[in-house]
Amino acid sequence: MRAFISSLALILSALPALAFEIEENMQFPAANQTAELRVISTADADLFAPFITAFQALNPGIAVDYFVVSSSEIMVALQDEGERFDLAISSAMDLQIKLANDGLALPYRSGATGSLPEWAIWRDRVFAFTQEPATMVLSRADFADIDLPRTRQELITALRDHPDRFRERIGTYDVRESGLGYLFATQDGRTSETFWRLAQVMGGLQTQLYRGSSDMIEDVASGRIAVAYNVLGSYAQVREDLHDRIHIIAPEDFTTVMMRTVLVPANAEAPEEAGRFIDHLIETAWTEGGGRFAFPGITPARLSENASLRPIQLGPGLLVYLDRLKRRQFIEEWEAAMVQPE
Amino acid sequence: MWPFRAPGSIRLRLTLQLLTGAAVMALVLFLIVYSFARQIGAESQDRILSASATSILDATTVQSGNISVDIPYSAFTMLDNSVDDRVFYRITQDGAGLTGYDDLPSARQDQGTGPAFDTVTYRGEELRIATLTRRVSVGGTPTRIDVTVGQTRDAQADVLARILRMTVLLGFGFFAASALLAVLAGRSTAASLSRLAESVSRRGPQDLRPVVAEVPSEMRPLVASLNSLIARLSAALTRTEDFIAEAAHRVRTPLATVRAHGENTLRRVSKEENRVSLREMIRAIDESSRAAGQLLDHAMVSLRADQLELSPVALRPLVADLVDRLRPVAELKDMDLRFEASEEQEVMGDTILIQNAVRNLLDNAIKYAPPETPIDVALTRDEANATLTIRDRGIGFPATGADALTGRFARGENATGVIGSGLGLTIADEVARAHGGTLTIANTEGGPGACVRLSLPLR
Repeated sequence: MRAFISSLALILSALPALAFEIEENMQFPAANQTAELRVISTADADLFAPFITAFQALNPGIAVDYFVVSSSEIMVALQDEGERFDLAISSAMDLQIKLANDGLALPYRSGATGSLPEWAIWRDRVFAFTQEPATMVLSRADFADIDLPRTRQELITALRDHPDRFRERIGTYDVRESGLGYLFATQDGRTSETFWRLAQVMGGLQTQLYRGSSDMIEDVASGRIAVAYNVLGSYAQVREDLHDRIHIIAPEDFTTVMMRTVLVPANAEAPEEAGRFIDHLIETAWTEGGGRFAFPGITPARLSENASLRPIQLGPGLLVYLDRLKRRQFIEEWEAAMVQPE
Repeated sequence: MWPFRAPGSIRLRLTLQLLTGAAVMALVLFLIVYSFARQIGAESQDRILSASATSILDATTVQSGNISVDIPYSAFTMLDNSVDDRVFYRITQDGAGLTGYDDLPSARQDQGTGPAFDTVTYRGEELRIATLTRRVSVGGTPTRIDVTVGQTRDAQADVLARILRMTVLLGFGFFAASALLAVLAGRSTAASLSRLAESVSRRGPQDLRPVVAEVPSEMRPLVASLNSLIARLSAALTRTEDFIAEAAHRVRTPLATVRAHGENTLRRVSKEENRVSLREMIRAIDESSRAAGQLLDHAMVSLRADQLELSPVALRPLVADLVDRLRPVAELKDMDLRFEASEEQEVMGDTILIQNAVRNLLDNAIKYAPPETPIDVALTRDEANATLTIRDRGIGFPATGADALTGRFARGENATGVIGSGLGLTIADEVARAHGGTLTIANTEGGPGACVRLSLPLR
């Protein structure tokens, strides 16, 4: 797979210059192609590929052109540039809601969407198909002689007790750059004041800022950093090769759960095939239980068995932190806590 | 055709009117409920929009000379609903966009600080918006903050659609129930009319009693006028009978005088042609007198039969008495009037009427049978009836139409040459009917002569 992607680097350079920033492009051609789905997504291509190949096995003739971008670039591509895509898959639930709210998504109804519970669907436009907790990823080496923190408060204590060990060795999302990081941070801030205390402590220890979960996980595994906060648990879980070097911990005080969502952009050219893809995602998520794929599917049982899971609700409330003034204030506060002079 | 006047049936007309009324009522009900629900739906959305805008305004502060708006999470979550309506907002400072959707229109505000509401079209969808205004002071300068929150109306449309369905069902249900009641009402009205018609038509031809059937109050005038008509008819009939009786009475008395004079004169004249004329005259006087008597009897029978007063009547002495009284008349024709009665028989009846009937039958027998023949009168009984049988050896009844002889003034074809009015059998027949009995007339089996049977139910 890796080899295949690197070979695509050549193709990438041949693409016409696009105003939005593409991190990765992967094509899934089909013999006797009848339609092509252009997918813009925040999910890493190699993690998402099984969904696409399973879809193509059931729907031969549909080629998929898969673009990986950051969540804010989806807004740029769809809202500002009006690019043509048939599906937008994102972990930034707030931005997906905004796209639908602002009329940039097409409605879609089918038997599969009808089977979704109300909290997993918004306005027949935004469909949730995964449930992914925000976790702490810790380096086994650095926590060999320290009690594993199970809550944010315990993490704060551990950081305070061993400032030298953790200085410049903590990682989290740069909320200014990452839509998902911003979503996690705002939800954390909304849920508990502990988040701000943690941010103060992390800021005091010169925390490293990242744009994606994968890099953080790899850096913890390599020992570059010891703690990664608000990392997508699904990304960590799937890297079984690193499990002997990292702990994946869902904070027990509360665990923010993000639902990965999919929508059909308003200027889609193959909305019918896009709908079939959505059906496929929903059916996979709800029947496979996520076991076969990198992304854990949605089951109500998963929520009820663990009371500390706090799923982010799909709804207009998510628009609040997208407000210009609100965002500016939040980022000012966040910067004040997180980016402290040495 | 205008349905209120056209149908000839009260039931149809009533049903149509009630159905039309029910349809109008159902429509009115539907319109009222629907517009009420619509209004309530709009009001509740306005309240939520207003609350949302208020919570945003409350989070608007002045921090170091700048307006700071910290939109509460609940400001938008309170707008969340089952159909996920779209939400838009805009915050302006002195009309200049501060944050939110800059092209969102705001509701026109009148003087005052209350929320203003409006329905606008925004991004191709109908939007309900609420605008709230507050004046704050920034560094001593008054400035005006407008908060507009808008929401699409899909949830309201959804609720309205459900209410619409329910209201339509309600209206139809109401109409169906009313229609059923209308049909029942039409039927019951028609039924009380037809009950009256039936009770009137069921009456016998002689029944002129007033109608006393229970009828709805609206039909009482009809019954009253019907009864008044019956009363007038009855009075007219009575008057006629009275007149006949009076006339017959007035005619009979002078006729008796004239007959007496005729008999006297007959004894005194000797010239044969004069005697023949006189006998003819006396015969005519007899005929007139008898006709007058029978008219009198008939009037009496009609009158008394209408208001029959029943009392026990012993038949044997009654018949025996009449036989005795008529024996002299029979002996004038050398007839043997024989009466036999097995036992005492008692019937419920009007003595005078029964006497009339029996006398007329005996009179008929004496009159129509030839002289020197016997007349047998027998009183017998079976389980239910007492029967008086009168047999003569006369010419009998004509072979055809014996029954027709009980009609008024009907006489047998073979009765010419005998004095008679034809009322005798009619009188007997009416008396029999009035008492629930029968009069049968036939010729005697195996011999000449008539056989008349008067049967009356036993007591």
